[in-house]
Amino acid sequence: MIEAQVLTKRYGEKTAVDRLDFTVKPGTVTGFLGPNGAGKSTTMRMIVGLDAPTSGSVTVNGRRYAQHRAPLQEVGALLEAKSIHPGRSAYNHLNALALTHGIPRGRVDEVIDLAGLGSVAKKRAGAFSLGMGQRLGIAAALLGDPQIVMLDEPVNGLDPEGVLWIRNLLTGLAQEGRTVFVSSHLMSEMALVADHLIIVGRGRLLADTTVRDLVREAGGDTVRVATQDPARLRDVLAGPGVDITGQVGTEELHVTGISAREIGLKAAEHGIALFELSQRTVSLEEAFMDLTRDAVEYHGTTTGIDTLGRVA
Amino acid sequence: MSSLTATPEPRLSPAESPRPAYRVTGWRVLRSEWAKLWSLRSTWITLTLGLMFLLVFGLIISWQFNAGNLDSDFDTSKAVDLSLFGVPFAQLALGVLGVLVMAGEYSTGMIRSTLAAVPRRLPVLWSKAALYGLVAAVVASAGAFVAFLVGSQIVSGTEAAQSLSDAGVLRSLLGAGLYLGLIGVISVGLGALLRSVAGGISVLVGVFVLLPGLTSLLPSSWEDNISPYLPSNAGESMFALTHDSTTLSPGAGLVVFLGWTALTLAGAAYRLKRNDV
Repeated sequence: MIEAQVLTKRYGEKTAVDRLDFTVKPGTVTGFLGPNGAGKSTTMRMIVGLDAPTSGSVTVNGRRYAQHRAPLQEVGALLEAKSIHPGRSAYNHLNALALTHGIPRGRVDEVIDLAGLGSVAKKRAGAFSLGMGQRLGIAAALLGDPQIVMLDEPVNGLDPEGVLWIRNLLTGLAQEGRTVFVSSHLMSEMALVADHLIIVGRGRLLADTTVRDLVREAGGDTVRVATQDPARLRDVLAGPGVDITGQVGTEELHVTGISAREIGLKAAEHGIALFELSQRTVSLEEAFMDLTRDAVEYHGTTTGIDTLGRVA
Repeated sequence: MSSLTATPEPRLSPAESPRPAYRVTGWRVLRSEWAKLWSLRSTWITLTLGLMFLLVFGLIISWQFNAGNLDSDFDTSKAVDLSLFGVPFAQLALGVLGVLVMAGEYSTGMIRSTLAAVPRRLPVLWSKAALYGLVAAVVASAGAFVAFLVGSQIVSGTEAAQSLSDAGVLRSLLGAGLYLGLIGVISVGLGALLRSVAGGISVLVGVFVLLPGLTSLLPSSWEDNISPYLPSNAGESMFALTHDSTTLSPGAGLVVFLGWTALTLAGAAYRLKRNDV
């Protein structure tokens, strides 16, 4: 469990993280989304105490990170790929971290195998490819067998096989009941692994929602119908929870709250001819773009974004 | 060792899954820093370099003295002075490594891993400073003794001849080892204070190489009051064989140099604790 309360970080004039409130719960994968520069990395650094909040607070499993006796057992974090000394071997890097906590050598070997680093464990980490470096970072994150796994842009630089590996790893960790918190600027990637989404833009919370809700709110289940008799079809479809829009004088209607299949059946029942019947699927990417575009548009007027954040 | 391998697993607690009870302790941070120090090639290379500077320069100058090739500045030199001729060079090598030990973590990004594992931060600084200080002192003492034992043989037939039992010789050699050990501590502190390898080395060179020469620009009354207390000069008093009115006694030199060490460490601790990584 990660809990942020009015978490704020300012660098001089610039506010990197602006009054963030969110909770990351165990047992699911929570995606932390936002365009570059939205404050995701800063937030993650504050979670593990590398940066101190200007105001507000963030706790992990009920306490500030630094107050835990065995921090690596609480949170395993992959922050940036380059959190290693290039002159040290992967094994020595992990062993040095393990020594601080009294983590046995057997566990070091375990995470090396888990990350698929067995063949290169004795090589200098500086010679690693981007993907190998990322795997080493993930091995380090898993070293303490932590309850919370927090990864900053883990798929960066990974080949398709590595991306798949990460996806399976994340869902596996969540199924074990761990808290999994993953940042990305790619909605498409998040859609595949995350159940829950925390979306930020310019340091502010834009949405704290589920993948399904986000799509729905973005108009994901709108059905477009073109018909010979729009006025009659409107009457036929009208009902609780159904919303129909369409311009006067055109044959086209946009319907939400009822499936394309039901519309087709009702139209047939009443003998109304349809020319077109299509589900308009809004991709998560579009929904995300809409949200973050708002963040840019509303820049300087706080009300719009705050309202959006609360509604979501 | 025992605290490393013996990891008690509290399987008795029914509410928790059987997770091992890990814990960060000062001793474990020390163990970790020890492993980090020796797992880098730069440690071996630079320590060897520091040792070579002590031995090679001490022996070359002793040999030159014996051959009568040195100018009159060395006329009153004793065997111990000659064998410690390499100290200023060794101090640069050992100082550079000390800066690397700490600032190297910042330049590579390793510091994020280090401080995520030890978020209280200060144990990392104390461990690095203590371990590296000790390593530097041991290497430097060994180098100084070997340089003297061999060098005193070379000059045994001259007026510089000295043996270990002569007054001040043992104190000089141990003083040189201690001085270089404290240089190690100071340079770790500089690395933490400046968080930059280049910056740390620059300050090190500035304070220990350039600053002593600059005091001659001051009015002489000031110079006499300030000069002995500079880190380089106070440190030199620790291992110099002879002392006069313009230098501190070995004991006073040690106290002043310890003061500079403490000051650097305090500044380093403050920055490490207060600033974001």
